[in-house]
Amino acid sequence: MKQNSVAAGWLSVLCAGLGQWYNKQYSKGLLFVLIHATGVYLISTTLLTKIKGLITLGDQGQHLEKVGKIFKNVPGDHSIFMMIYGVLSVIIVALYIVFYILNIRDAVAVGRKRDSGSAVKGLNNDIFPWALLALPIIGVLFFTIMPIVFTSLLAFTNYASPNHIPPKNLVDWVGFDTFHKLFNMNVWADTFTGVLTWTIIWAVLATVTCYFGGILVALLINQQGIKLKGFWRMLFIIPYAIPQFVSLLIMRNMLNEKFGPINQYFRYFGLEGLPWLNDPFWAKVSVIVVNMWIGIPVSMVLVMGILTTIPKDLYEAADVDGASAWMKFRNITMPYVLFATAPILITQFAGNINSFNVIFLLTSGNPATMKYNNAGQTDLLVTWLYKLTLDFNQYNIAATVAILLFLIIAVMSVLLYSRTRSFKEEDMIQ
Amino acid sequence: MKPRILFSYLLLILIAIACIYPALWTILSSFREGNSLFSDTIIPKKWTLDHYRDLFVERTDRAIPYATWYLNTLKVAVASMVLGTLIQLLTAYAFSRFRFKGRKSMLMIVLILGMFPGFLSLIAIFTILNTLNLLDSLWALILVYSAGAALGMFVAKGFFDTIPRSLEEAARIDGASHMKIFVSIILPLSRPIITYISLTTFAGAWVDFIFARAILRTPENWTLAVGLWNIIDAYNSTEFTLFAAGCVLVAIPITLLFMYTQRFLVDGLTAGASKG
Repeated sequence: MKQNSVAAGWLSVLCAGLGQWYNKQYSKGLLFVLIHATGVYLISTTLLTKIKGLITLGDQGQHLEKVGKIFKNVPGDHSIFMMIYGVLSVIIVALYIVFYILNIRDAVAVGRKRDSGSAVKGLNNDIFPWALLALPIIGVLFFTIMPIVFTSLLAFTNYASPNHIPPKNLVDWVGFDTFHKLFNMNVWADTFTGVLTWTIIWAVLATVTCYFGGILVALLINQQGIKLKGFWRMLFIIPYAIPQFVSLLIMRNMLNEKFGPINQYFRYFGLEGLPWLNDPFWAKVSVIVVNMWIGIPVSMVLVMGILTTIPKDLYEAADVDGASAWMKFRNITMPYVLFATAPILITQFAGNINSFNVIFLLTSGNPATMKYNNAGQTDLLVTWLYKLTLDFNQYNIAATVAILLFLIIAVMSVLLYSRTRSFKEEDMIQ
Repeated sequence: MKPRILFSYLLLILIAIACIYPALWTILSSFREGNSLFSDTIIPKKWTLDHYRDLFVERTDRAIPYATWYLNTLKVAVASMVLGTLIQLLTAYAFSRFRFKGRKSMLMIVLILGMFPGFLSLIAIFTILNTLNLLDSLWALILVYSAGAALGMFVAKGFFDTIPRSLEEAARIDGASHMKIFVSIILPLSRPIITYISLTTFAGAWVDFIFARAILRTPENWTLAVGLWNIIDAYNSTEFTLFAAGCVLVAIPITLLFMYTQRFLVDGLTAGASKG
């Protein structure tokens, strides 16, 4: 008694939509046939040539050609265009294949239902969530997934100024050459290790200072005997309320070596003042301190929220047992806060690795140094990548750095994901 | 008073000064006469409103079209707010209310993609827009801001998860369609979360620097973030008081918005930890 599912399945293999037609889902069948026809038409007419272009990236760049008696400049293949269209074509073909597989599975599933005699649901019910998701999926596909694919591809090309910028020249696949360059070629390797080391030091220091700073400030306000708690909280949240780029640009001026008010106060006390943003060491100190100013309010708000959720009876029980304030803090408050905020610590660490604004707006990665290629002493991997792309047109190196960053964050995301309880327990509230 | 409390108050006052000083200094500088960064006293000797007036006057000797920047930022922020909020609500609702095939794996994809900072794809977006000659347009910026909005849907999903299913089931028994349920039951109940999402996307677009600087190339198309950065970069400390006035005008709407959304803040921040 399995005839319906088998027949519908094979019909759908033959041509998408036929199985649905056989199952008497006429509108669905028609829709599928139409999608199938468009898919086949597109693939046979244009998509295959585009994909071929993705593989070759063009044979001939801009060149001179003899037309009659004079040489003329003839536009050649534009490798990057070919790459973009190639990637798009691959995505469309992949979507088409997924559609085809789903179509067969759907025909078989509906056929089985008919075999067992249960009712067949209408099209409307299944399709509504997908109708809701259509727009978001298109957005994410084109502005998140495709760029990621494209970036990964760029890392394996030689797309960089001055010798490989279309339309003048062709861009070619070079395999792992760029990675090799980044790890082994003197100038690039020095810059990469230097910037990577500072990125990690920065991420650790920035996370630790903001996290514990936030806990300290929150506990300071929450002490017994401190009045106007709401008022202090409000005051301390101000740095978070001001747009980041504004406060960072202001800080940049405040730390100005010659005219800034900070050094002015130093001079007022007869001191020389410090080269806050111009000396490699002090620039690093400055970015970390300024980052504390921006980051502590966030942790503070978070910790204060958690403090209110600690059950009061724990403290009451401790009082009955005659515990001191310090013991209560040590054995109840601290474990509770640390436990509740541990996942945030990973998020903040990952965030700090990519903390673009603080570095770029405050120091622009400077002070500059001869040792590095296109990077300064306070540059993080992200700001370096940004400069490589926008200012120096070293797209392949930038893409390689991006891939490495991507891997670091991927590891952290997995770590975080495995800790996200609610993802597994999400249906509990209903 | 106990010494511990006294010491705590002292510390609190110190922190408070550190928190307020930059803002206070900027506001006072914006009312100071002259244009230099340097000043003998923090409180201006002579007060003036000239810098605020000057911001909106186009002068030939410098390229600071502040009014245009303000308008551009407003356009970009409002458009991305509308588009981004819509996309985020649709995604969150679909994931919260429907159990369709492939849902779990798609949730996983959203979770992982959401952790990647958008600017890792900046190289690709920049080169693609550059090659296709689409750089330097506000629409490109709006698309970039709102297209990825779906990935930030977890707060909204957490909110939809708490709306009882029985409401919809009752409506469905009465014969309401999915669309009808979404529009006339879910949306009115979601006012707080809609406010939260639209305000955060608005603020996000208002203050973004990374994409704005990469995409917008000519001064007439800049947003405030790029423009102000450029004043500091190009004029260094010679137009400081003007810059300070510009900063005050940028910060006011966002700071006010922030005060208004403060009550959502803790929810938003902890959502990642407890709700997922």
